[in-house]
Amino acid sequence: MVPVRSIPVEPGSLTYPDLPWVIQHREDRCTLCGHCTTVCPKESIYLAYRRQRVPKLEILSKKRGNDYRTFVGIRQKPNPKHACIGCGMCAMVCPNEAIAPVPNTIENRTLFFDNIKGEAPKRGGRRNATGPTLLDRIMFDRISMLTDPALDAGRHEFTVTTTLGRILSPEDYLKRSSEGGWIPPTREIFPFVIGSMSFGALSPNMWLGLLQGVAYCNEVLGIPVVMCTGEGGCPPWVLKSPYLKYIILQIASGYFGWDEIIRAIPDMQCHPAAIEIKYGQGAKPGDGGLLMWYKVSKLIARLRGVPEGVDLPSPPVHQTLYSIEESVMKMIQTLSMAFDHKVPVYPKISASTSAKAVLNNLVRNPYAGGLLIDGIDGGTGAAYNVSMDATGHPVASNVRECYLDLAAQGKQNEIPIYAAGGIGKNGNVAQNGMALVMLGASAVHIGKYIMQATAGCLGNEQNRCNVCNVGICPKGITSQNPKLYRRLDPDKVAERVAESFMSIQTEVKKIMAPLGRSQSLPIGMSDAIGINDKDAADRLNIKYVC
Amino acid sequence: MCRLALKTAIEPFSPYEVLQAMEAMQEGYDGSGLGLLLRGMEFEDFKYNPRFPILSGIANTDKAWRRLDDFMEDLGYELKYDHRFRVDKSYVEDRDRFRYFVRAYRMPDRFADATTEEREQELLATRLALRKNGEENGRDLSVFSFWPDVAMIKEVGWPLQIGNLLGLHDGQIKSRVCMAQGRQNTNYGINLYACHPFFVQGISTMTNGENTAFVPIRDWLLGRDFPGYMGYQSDSEVFTHILHYAIKQLKLPLQAYKHIITPLSTKELDNHPQGDFLKGLKSVCRRLIIDGPNAVIGTLPDETCMLVMDQKKLRPATVGGREGAWAIASEMCGVDAMIPDRDPSFDFQPMREHTIIIPPERKELTIWSQYDQFPLSQAA
Ligand code: SF4
Ligand code: SF4
Repeated sequence: MVPVRSIPVEPGSLTYPDLPWVIQHREDRCTLCGHCTTVCPKESIYLAYRRQRVPKLEILSKKRGNDYRTFVGIRQKPNPKHACIGCGMCAMVCPNEAIAPVPNTIENRTLFFDNIKGEAPKRGGRRNATGPTLLDRIMFDRISMLTDPALDAGRHEFTVTTTLGRILSPEDYLKRSSEGGWIPPTREIFPFVIGSMSFGALSPNMWLGLLQGVAYCNEVLGIPVVMCTGEGGCPPWVLKSPYLKYIILQIASGYFGWDEIIRAIPDMQCHPAAIEIKYGQGAKPGDGGLLMWYKVSKLIARLRGVPEGVDLPSPPVHQTLYSIEESVMKMIQTLSMAFDHKVPVYPKISASTSAKAVLNNLVRNPYAGGLLIDGIDGGTGAAYNVSMDATGHPVASNVRECYLDLAAQGKQNEIPIYAAGGIGKNGNVAQNGMALVMLGASAVHIGKYIMQATAGCLGNEQNRCNVCNVGICPKGITSQNPKLYRRLDPDKVAERVAESFMSIQTEVKKIMAPLGRSQSLPIGMSDAIGINDKDAADRLNIKYVC
Repeated sequence: MCRLALKTAIEPFSPYEVLQAMEAMQEGYDGSGLGLLLRGMEFEDFKYNPRFPILSGIANTDKAWRRLDDFMEDLGYELKYDHRFRVDKSYVEDRDRFRYFVRAYRMPDRFADATTEEREQELLATRLALRKNGEENGRDLSVFSFWPDVAMIKEVGWPLQIGNLLGLHDGQIKSRVCMAQGRQNTNYGINLYACHPFFVQGISTMTNGENTAFVPIRDWLLGRDFPGYMGYQSDSEVFTHILHYAIKQLKLPLQAYKHIITPLSTKELDNHPQGDFLKGLKSVCRRLIIDGPNAVIGTLPDETCMLVMDQKKLRPATVGGREGAWAIASEMCGVDAMIPDRDPSFDFQPMREHTIIIPPERKELTIWSQYDQFPLSQAA
């Protein structure tokens, strides 16, 4: 046996089959063009010289021998820092289909070593929970077979919009409209909202592509899509443009970007769609936003009013406030006032067993424009793994509970509940969204789906890619590095936004038509849904079907 | 498919006329039930004072009948008239109905100085209490209405068969408004309370078609905490309650009903003289938007009659008549049967935006369009 000391083994020594993704490289196809090594965001692979033994048989002398040849091959670095993330960019750029990552189904030893220097593991992306979600399993089973003619999704007119903002009771409305009182502002929007993703988390090309797409949906297709900025403000030219009306401005505990926003108010041509106050996020409840220094470029630093290249963690709570009740009350009122009481203001919280308490607070606050509940399956630009994986509450039962609570008070039309977190994570975006609507949500927010559908985000629930936090997004979606984000053509993103919303709209109609619904979004139409899981059915107060 | 017929005339007429119209429209009708509402009552053997509330329903047993009597007496109601139907049992198959009743009462003295609202509340509470009483006693007592100048009959079977059973052709009982619906809602189990027309505090409607938005609407109405918003054995009951809510609770004109159940689109409202107000109304009453397919026919306490369609006009309905007498029916032949001596070229089939209103004078009908000015001062 070889003396141990001659083999350099340390506790963290790994080899390539220990990594979550293993590169398969076919030397016979490789032309050594080097595209893969150049594109790899993790610098996982490198060209290496290797020696190969070639058996040699000298027939005349009847002797066996060896020859050696050297060749250049692609190798994978076993260092966890450079572990392949399976993004597949190498395969995408290889002209010869010579290389591809394959998920390692046996071992992932990096799990034990991704805390080098005592840093707990962080990532961007998603929760890595595979398989069909509860929402995926909900069926629309109340088909209107008793009467004809049935509705035709292609031919009939459908109203598929929803209300953003506080709605009065009919009695209150009539009283106030006869007395000239204040009527809380509302917007008619498409029930699938592009959820909060900040200018900072997203690259400028991605963000502007989305905005361009949203404007196209509104102005050309007539689909009133709105998008939320996330924390971090909005470029000043957008604040002063007529596109602001398609934007929900988010304010969170770091107040990043609000200097610019407040300064821009006198020059605004129109009001924003709404203001979202972030108290919590489903992917990482109890944790503030985290823009890591890699992504704090010059532009981002200017927008946020901070120095370049520093970590930007938002505190987990709004520091100036004592309790969520007080906080909700004061902030909603202040922000409503800042925009002349003409813009709906609503809080976003993480789904939680305490969501009902927040909701009941809002019921009593006349300025509260709704409640956004973000479930554990939500995505994020950056978070500690432990928060993302294990902290939070699934959205479906939380939304249902809150809806039923409102219904018991007869207030289900007054405070709209918005749901987010995992909608469309397996691609079934319209089905997931409408299932939540029938459980009681007035609208849903979608983030990851939008990144995947409109910009080709490579992330999946098996921890493919998910490096959104460190600024090396290989698709240029979540990077502030111009070399990377120039890969993403904003026009193409805009085109995909339009295509995605057109198809969501069609699917929504295809869901509504057989239920015999076309005049209004079937919010709370829980008689229309069923699930083949008795416990889930009981919990959600819907039918069990099998 | 359900068949609907309504006749309204200055001269009281026998409900049998309307049943004959039902017969004319019988094709496609499954005969599972009949509901009749009479308003503007006239009895052959009693000079009825239209202030007396009339209690209508069925007592299945002698015991239930006596319980009803005691109940009303205990509350201080004085029986003024007890209509006796000439029941011909040969028309029913083994049904245990002790008594179909239509009884007029004088309200207890303590209501002599009560406000209209208090009296209306009392009538509703009494009806509901009796209904509960029946339900608690093995459903031996059903009460359909308790209101001045209104009588209701509901029974399982074919319309004419029920008419013959109760001898409705004998002219003993007549009314100025009569509405009838055949077939109760088949979505749910057979239950007399599921028979149209539905009634709450003087307001009544009947419908054909299915109400696909039933559950969210019902949930919202239940949240109003108004005792009369209950039952819901039929998905169509909410149409009555929405009309009641619009007129009695919100105190809006009848025209608002259409704007509530089938509001115009935002684009249409942008060009409406009261667009802003109506947009607001649409959003505060969003949970009351119906989806059809339905034709809703109703009557109000002042004998106004009305007809509206769902937003896509997915159900048929025709209105026709002449000065003094008008008819609304789901089938044209129904209008023919009720008012043969009219000019059928003036018959009208409302479109999605119309509310047909036949005012109590019954001179002519109003075809009101949602695009028209909305008759509400505060909306201006
Ligand atoms: S899959 Fe992505 S991370 Fe892995 S080697 Fe290829 S380019 Fe690099
Ligand atoms: S492609 Fe970009 S946005 Fe998508 S998971 Fe990878 S790093 Fe994140």
